[in-house]
Amino acid sequence: MPTLQDYKGQNPAWCPGCGNYSILKSFKDAMIEMDIEPHRIALVSGIGQAAKLPHYTKCNTFNGLHGRALPVAAGMRLANHGLPLMVFTGDGDCYGEGGNHLLHNMRRNLNIKLFVHDNQIYGLTKGQASPTSMEGMTTRNQPFGVFSEQFNPMAAAVALDCSFAARAFSGDMAHLKEMIKAAYNHRGFSLVDILQPCVSFNKINTYEWYKERVYHIGPEHNPEDRSQAFTKALEWGDRIPIGIIYKNSRPALEDRIPIIKDMPLVRQLFDPSKIKDTLQEFY
Amino acid sequence: MDYSIKIGGEAGQGIQTIGGTLAKVFARTGCHVFTHQDYESRIRGGHNFYQVRLADRPVTSSRDGIDIIVALDKESISLHERELNENGLIIYDSEALRQKHEGPHFLDVPFLTLAVENSGSKIMANTVAVGAVLGMLGMDLEVLFGSLRETFSKKGDEVITGNINAARAGRDFAVKYCQKCSFDVGAIHELPLQAKMLITGVDAIALGAIASGVKFYSAYPMTPSTGIMNYIAGKEEEYGIIVEQAEDEIAAINMALGASFAGVRSMTGTSGGGFALMVEGLSLAGMTETPIVIALGQRPGPATGFPTRTEQGDLQFALYTAHGEFPRVILAPGTPEQAFYLTNKAFELTEKYQVPVIIIFDQHLADTEWTFEKFDPDKIRYADMRLRGDALSGMTEYKRHAFTESGVTPLAVPGDSRHLVVTDSDEHDEEGHIVEDAETRIKMLDKRLFKKMPLIRQEIEPPMFYGHEAPEIVLAGWGSTYGVMKEAVDALSPTLDKGGQGGGIAMLHFSEIYPFPPTDKFNYLDILNNAKFAICIENNATGQFARLVRAETGYEFKYKINKYDGRSFTLDELEKEIAARLNKTNP
Repeated sequence: MPTLQDYKGQNPAWCPGCGNYSILKSFKDAMIEMDIEPHRIALVSGIGQAAKLPHYTKCNTFNGLHGRALPVAAGMRLANHGLPLMVFTGDGDCYGEGGNHLLHNMRRNLNIKLFVHDNQIYGLTKGQASPTSMEGMTTRNQPFGVFSEQFNPMAAAVALDCSFAARAFSGDMAHLKEMIKAAYNHRGFSLVDILQPCVSFNKINTYEWYKERVYHIGPEHNPEDRSQAFTKALEWGDRIPIGIIYKNSRPALEDRIPIIKDMPLVRQLFDPSKIKDTLQEFY
Repeated sequence: MDYSIKIGGEAGQGIQTIGGTLAKVFARTGCHVFTHQDYESRIRGGHNFYQVRLADRPVTSSRDGIDIIVALDKESISLHERELNENGLIIYDSEALRQKHEGPHFLDVPFLTLAVENSGSKIMANTVAVGAVLGMLGMDLEVLFGSLRETFSKKGDEVITGNINAARAGRDFAVKYCQKCSFDVGAIHELPLQAKMLITGVDAIALGAIASGVKFYSAYPMTPSTGIMNYIAGKEEEYGIIVEQAEDEIAAINMALGASFAGVRSMTGTSGGGFALMVEGLSLAGMTETPIVIALGQRPGPATGFPTRTEQGDLQFALYTAHGEFPRVILAPGTPEQAFYLTNKAFELTEKYQVPVIIIFDQHLADTEWTFEKFDPDKIRYADMRLRGDALSGMTEYKRHAFTESGVTPLAVPGDSRHLVVTDSDEHDEEGHIVEDAETRIKMLDKRLFKKMPLIRQEIEPPMFYGHEAPEIVLAGWGSTYGVMKEAVDALSPTLDKGGQGGGIAMLHFSEIYPFPPTDKFNYLDILNNAKFAICIENNATGQFARLVRAETGYEFKYKINKYDGRSFTLDELEKEIAARLNKTNP
């Protein structure tokens, strides 16, 4: 049984009071409760405050480029689908810089767990609007307020038939931990959008702001009903649903590729003897 | 014997079927073959051609003069009639072209009518054309029949018989009506009766990758590199390879890096524009010391340029692109044979030193077909350099970026043991975790760059030296100009060489470009310095390789031949350019 000590990494360099601390703690608790040892999983991240999470714990890690965590994860997963993969990213990293990869990995449906620390602002670059910033929010770079429509990751996920889409809130750690576990145990591409206050730069979407609005999705919601899920995904404003918004049982890509059906690619030995026959094709 | 055949027509008319079939038949007959294609960036229409050269000695470039033109469209005549050699002929179907030509160098072959009469289908008109060409050359049809049986094996006996009859009809017609045909392929019978392999540059790169144990290839389709992905995808099941078509080139390189980090040999391929998108990923490979092979197929830029044509315009880009300082290797095969072995070398170097290796080629090498006796799989090196399984589990400690004497830290397979494998695009410590301190930074950069680079440099082979041993004239170049330079040396030697009185000509061809080859194994700088005329020949406007030579060695070429019209050099063109350089300075 792993302990918190096994998951201990560097001391985080996040601002005091940052929502990232709760996400990190919930991740560790979820892994320990599921009895998963750190060397049996791999974390992939890009750039941003969220993407530093792998350094503040201890697992196999590829911390890559801004926006590009998903393609790295996709390559890792195709090469070794015996290794569970989790991606930690932020709203700028994943919904902005890496938006194209998000769309196509929802379609691709590899068994990757994607956790987006969504604080509706850019933290690392100090306070510019992010794709999920609400219309009208003013920042130093958006003095007239944000004009673009707020990106809705849940609605996008339902529209693209993403295998699993849930929302959580860093201020509700018990629920967040359950969402991490549910995503981990779902077979297919799983997106958890984690609402999280940025205490340094986002003066609108504060702890209090979220606390007043978030509510747990109840049993009356059927996440396997795509139309219902889309309606639920559109809810934002006075009331913000957290929980599993949508899921389906589309087969994961790694289960559909015949050559890795029996054994991950990384375990398959290369047989150079066949090349002689292949060369004959050119005569 | 040295004949050139040009098949011209609109895209979609079947010029590739005719050209490809003829090339295959010639290669199987034992001829030396070289083909090149000239096509527009469109699927239907336009004017395109396929040029096939056959000879009784090795040929590695195209000629300007044509002996047989197969005209499937009017442009094939209006644009190419003037290229005909003395005794050259144009065959065409006046019914299909709706025009009649009366000159003695025209042979009107009713492709369509003969196809319908003999096979029952006008689809087989192209086979009539193939038969006609073989008839004009006085060649036997048995090899063609064998090829038709293979090609149409899945379509049944009726289609095979139809094609055979169509070919025979074309041949008989040509033999009967081609009174002016004076082609002599008698020399073929002197050649050993052994089929030669016929292969393009992209297929050779793909084969080299497969022979090197590539397990993962991710790419976004882009001419002229797409053929690599196509070929490897066809071998996925047989060799256990995953080919993933990425959403863009940024994803392509990042996926390949992810797969490589996970423990399999990985590769991506693209052209200049796609490579521009990959550049940040190239830097990531440098920082994380993740092995990757990148096939960079050049085409004329800037921007979209000429999508289906050729240029050597991205050498300086490949050399210097990507932020930060890290080592890289650049290999530039000149022939499909070199492409096969150098792709293997690319994998060996990237796995051994964990630095990105770029195979730079171009549309010319990608699409031209060459004949060879054979590629030797026994010359392929393969050694798994990853730490995995018991070897890894048995270690007491593992740090992904541990400092070592050589700068290389063995790359462990994540998840294969209790040892964690961590890497980071940020500057990192030996474990792979993010750091900010200056001391670690210096040690890491020394490890990645200064320790590895001299070791890699020792693995680089000197340029190929071909021709006169103490030449007065040296043709220098890199990559795909190999074929035309080599033939230029052969062609000019008899007229230039004055025996012991100078005039000798030779070629220095560089296929391993960076790190720039050391001179200790072979002092090519002496050859350049002692030459009266050292001419750097490049398929670009600014002489990018000449600039590299100067930067690396201080040697400056006084003479250059540059071609930047999007087409490769023909032998005749290059000979004229060389003569012009020699005459201008030596009246």
